[in-house]
Amino acid sequence: MTSVAPPPPKTGLTASVRGIAWYTVLIGISIVFVAPLVWMLLTSLKTTGEATRVPPAWLPEDPSTRAYDTIFAGNTQTPVLRWFLNSMVAAVGQALLVLVIASMAAYALARMQFRGRNVIFALIIGTLFVPGFVMLIPNFLMVDRLGWLDTLWALIVPGAASAFGVFFLRQFFSTLPRELEEAALIEGANAWQIFTKVILPLSKPALATLTVIAFLTNWNDFIWPVYVLFSPENLTLPPGLATLQGAYTTDYPVIMAGAALASIPVLILFVICQRYIIEGVSRSGLKG
Amino acid sequence: MAATQTVTQTQAAAAETNASPRRRGPGLTPYLFLLPYVAVFTTFTLVPAVYGLWISLHDWDYLLPGKPFVGLANYGALLDSASPVFDFFWSSMQATGIFTVTSVPLLVVVPLGVALLLNRAFPGRTLFRAVYFAPYVLGVAVIGLLWRFLLDPNLGMVNAMLGAVGLPADTPWITALPWAWISLVGVTVWWTLGFNAVIYLAGLQDIPAELYDAARVDGAGRWAEFRNVTLPGLRPVLVFVIINTILASANMFGQSYLITQGAPGVETRTAIMYIADEGLRSYRMGSAAAMSYVLTLGLMLISVIVFRLFREKD
Repeated sequence: MTSVAPPPPKTGLTASVRGIAWYTVLIGISIVFVAPLVWMLLTSLKTTGEATRVPPAWLPEDPSTRAYDTIFAGNTQTPVLRWFLNSMVAAVGQALLVLVIASMAAYALARMQFRGRNVIFALIIGTLFVPGFVMLIPNFLMVDRLGWLDTLWALIVPGAASAFGVFFLRQFFSTLPRELEEAALIEGANAWQIFTKVILPLSKPALATLTVIAFLTNWNDFIWPVYVLFSPENLTLPPGLATLQGAYTTDYPVIMAGAALASIPVLILFVICQRYIIEGVSRSGLKG
Repeated sequence: MAATQTVTQTQAAAAETNASPRRRGPGLTPYLFLLPYVAVFTTFTLVPAVYGLWISLHDWDYLLPGKPFVGLANYGALLDSASPVFDFFWSSMQATGIFTVTSVPLLVVVPLGVALLLNRAFPGRTLFRAVYFAPYVLGVAVIGLLWRFLLDPNLGMVNAMLGAVGLPADTPWITALPWAWISLVGVTVWWTLGFNAVIYLAGLQDIPAELYDAARVDGAGRWAEFRNVTLPGLRPVLVFVIINTILASANMFGQSYLITQGAPGVETRTAIMYIADEGLRSYRMGSAAAMSYVLTLGLMLISVIVFRLFREKD
């Protein structure tokens, strides 16, 4: 699998010195990536005075959940718990929608013959490289016409036509053996039955990858919710956190508690689904 | 652009499918399978792409009933130094340009180094890869708030740690140039490095081991091996990473919005920030739409140039 050989086995002292140097470099880099996240969690457990002390200390002297109590208290301007639920609804809703519509479209494009197939596929691929900001203003007006401004529909539906999803699943479906479908066809199954009973069960890893990536993308989306959601009770976490920064300018424990709340679900998801996420990202580079 | 190549692949794939025996007439089935996706795609991707052009030809104020047709006037204003948008637009384009030119080389080279470090078999490899990738799964809102605090000139950990090792502890990381740019680029590299590294790693693993064996038999050193085997083998992945990173950097919004708020003055207000502000806060949508197409045109040109540059080396 690996193309470059491991550090050549050397005897005795040289080998262990090289090994130690090797891991020192890797651990050093790891600290740069992890320390800021640890800092976020530790600060959320500090008192306001401690968080603004100069010089700052890493560990809270007297850890308290005051910051979390504050954000869960249900302030009407910064209902963080409500934002959390909104984010969940939007991200789960969009991930499921993507899963259904992208898999159906990808199956048709991978396995069926019909007029206009190449045109449709070329159009979908063409938009992979259209920068998202071009859609910002026209989509704001589309969503406005549908009466979806300041609702979670604006976060669930417009982004669901993901070109990546169709592309990714079409590639995967194309690698599945045709024999099983042909056997099902002989037994009298129709296209929908073949799709739901044969294709989808065989595609669990690819479907999981797409679902997780769609969830993460939606959970983290920032610019779109900042401009289409207005009321405090309708925000999701990312625009909500920006509001929190404005409302609690110097109460860093509260701001960090909000950031931690937005991070914890995706970090847990990452730990559990690491393989799927990394797999999905790796694939995105191989299409060039 | 990469899309052209993909289309050729599609045609090849289509030809292959045509050769296999057809099972039944096409009928309505394929269209029914495509319908839900195509409905969303048409409404929120295809129509908006054209609708945006239409908007850009009007004096389109969201709050006013009349939206008079003005032809190319919105585009003309972007080229007329006497117009009120000229200075703001081009200084925001300059900000995006500065950010792109400084962040892209780092985001192309540093992740390659990290990928090469990880591209060997050793215990804990998967763990390190996950750790380096972890910041990328967090959203820009979290990253922005976190670094806004860490980079605070008075209270931040960054200055405190610099002070602890005897370096100046009063660097204005978010309020003065060039520090604000260094912060924005640094945070972005920290945040997205793992994404490019994972893509490189997948590319490195696709290079056949025999090529390295052959290079070693020829007595190639580490550097010769890198230049003659690794780099050529990575070329398609490299083109993807460069174009994708340019597009991502040119889309920069959240970091400036949350960390520097465009400061000092409007120096770090990026093109996207200005377009969003003009269109969705001041509601001058015609002008903002025109700006977004000018930026897109620029990005398409750059993508084509990068693509050509790497192709003609063959």
